[in-house]
Amino acid sequence: MSAAAVPSPIPSTPAAGSGEEAAGGLYRDAFRRLRRSPTAIVGAVLVSAFVLIAVLAPWIAPYDPTAVDLTDIRPGVFPGPSAEHLLGLDQLGRDELSRIIYGARYSLLIGVVSLSLGAIVGLSLGLVAGAFGGWVDGLIMRLVDIMLAIPSLLLAIGVAALLGPRLISVMIAIAVVNVPIFARLLRGSMLAQRRSDYALAARSLGVSRSRVVLQHVFPNSLAPVIVQGTLALATAIIEAAGLAFLGLGSPDPAVPEWGRMLAETQSFLASAPLLALWPGLAIVLSVMGFYLLGEALREALDPKLRR
Amino acid sequence: MLKFAVRRLLLLVPILLGLSILVFLFVRALPGGPETALLGERLTPERAAAVRAAYGLDRPVHEQYVSYMGKVARFDLGVSIQTQRPVSEEIGRRFPATVELATMAMLFALVVGIPLGFVAGRRPGSWIDNASTVGSLLGIAIPVFALGFLLKYLFAVRLGWLPTDGRQDVTLTTEHPTGFFVLDGVLTGDLPAAWDALKHLVLPAIALGTIPLAIITRITRAAVQETINEDFVRTAEAKGMTKSIVTRRHILRNAMLPVVTIVGLQTGLLLSGAILTETVFAFGGMGSFMASALFSRDFPVIQGGILFLAVVFVVVNLIVDISYGFIDPRVRAS
Repeated sequence: MSAAAVPSPIPSTPAAGSGEEAAGGLYRDAFRRLRRSPTAIVGAVLVSAFVLIAVLAPWIAPYDPTAVDLTDIRPGVFPGPSAEHLLGLDQLGRDELSRIIYGARYSLLIGVVSLSLGAIVGLSLGLVAGAFGGWVDGLIMRLVDIMLAIPSLLLAIGVAALLGPRLISVMIAIAVVNVPIFARLLRGSMLAQRRSDYALAARSLGVSRSRVVLQHVFPNSLAPVIVQGTLALATAIIEAAGLAFLGLGSPDPAVPEWGRMLAETQSFLASAPLLALWPGLAIVLSVMGFYLLGEALREALDPKLRR
Repeated sequence: MLKFAVRRLLLLVPILLGLSILVFLFVRALPGGPETALLGERLTPERAAAVRAAYGLDRPVHEQYVSYMGKVARFDLGVSIQTQRPVSEEIGRRFPATVELATMAMLFALVVGIPLGFVAGRRPGSWIDNASTVGSLLGIAIPVFALGFLLKYLFAVRLGWLPTDGRQDVTLTTEHPTGFFVLDGVLTGDLPAAWDALKHLVLPAIALGTIPLAIITRITRAAVQETINEDFVRTAEAKGMTKSIVTRRHILRNAMLPVVTIVGLQTGLLLSGAILTETVFAFGGMGSFMASALFSRDFPVIQGGILFLAVVFVVVNLIVDISYGFIDPRVRAS
């Protein structure tokens, strides 16, 4: 890899290309190994199913997830699975299957928005720290240490409380928890890459420091970030569920969010245990998907395991 | 080694100072100050102003901060708005519950996780390896509060084997010299009370310990797998050492290094409060206390509590780093 990353001194060949080429080599190689890994395949199937359900929800959900129909509902007794309602009805007579299908949208939205926000801020901080070093690095890393010293759920609750009960508050809260993780990860990875032979070779060929950092070190430092990004989607779903359980999240009780649906079932767990099972299963399967994919990516992108 | 420890300790000072400023500003930025929590529907502008003045909130922020930190230096964290008792006293009452719960959860994770990870690592691809992989995955993927409900429903409501919530049977009147209920029962010679407290710990400890269990199992498995391929293991085997000696002296000892780090980090996390588990089981530790303080805008508790938990967290991490030096001579040398 280091040989391929040495930039060409000939101006007609853009030096940037070689850095990307090295990164592309790593990623191409990783993709080849991913296709052979059973972990990756199971993870990819689960994640694709989750994303497809989320995207296609309006077309595949049999009923309106918010339509309340109390005709068949008696206190503590809700109709279970039937031919009309495959997963039964919830405590307000809403179709459980449609709510689970629409719930995927909220989980995906929360996951993607919180991951993007957290990654943008965290990676920018990590990039600046890793690129500049010195007191800038020291300052940013102390800030990261401060954020990591606060228990993550407490931090999320605090941010959500600060921003008020809205869905976007939950996304920002989870994003804030992600910021120090991404910052520290990228900075550590960049420090390791900066000391590598190809970075040194590029510098000795007269490539400017900023160019080495941005076009060679940065793309090559992204592997652990990609892994963390996949895992962060899994944690976002779990954390959103935890926040919903504590009553933080969208104030609209009609919103079919898995965490809230699961939390709501606690009062009638004995009479309708299936209502707890469905959102629970949805959370577990989607989290497992991202987790398996993350683990497979970690193995595929680890140069030490390349054989 | 001493130099390393001192340097790390000194590094904590700016972190904690920065944290105190951040938390201080955060609490003041929360919508609906203590006056809303305290007065509720009786809130009028005059009454709100009186409450703000009583808590010193009408003074400039930097003045408030300096006077607060002066008190913190004397271990005075202020008075809780909810309970009207000193915050330090409230923490003193609840932290033992958190420690008790964290200890039991970690014990559960260690006792199950290390042997399981070890066997899985020794026999990769066996049914026990596959079962442990799927089990760890499930452990990470199930939301803690859902697992809590499930355990409570099965073992407390349905089977009636264990109590549903709390730290002790409400009909028991026992003394609590230390605040650690199991220990208190043993110390005062009231063994039924200790047994009762222990039973109350089982379900929350399992719910809370599942994530560390999953992580410890996976780390142990990976470490064992890496170690059995090392040259020194092959050498030991080639010298004719028995399998059990190679396992105990060579594989287990070397594989334990990454496990120790993870155990330390996880302990820090567990001690910093198990908000969800404590809420599900009404356990009354630091986690649920902090969450309710946030909801009711009890700002002396939020400030003091986060500061206290952060100190616990960073100190535990410091101890882990230092103990690493003792366990691994290579760290000491560098």
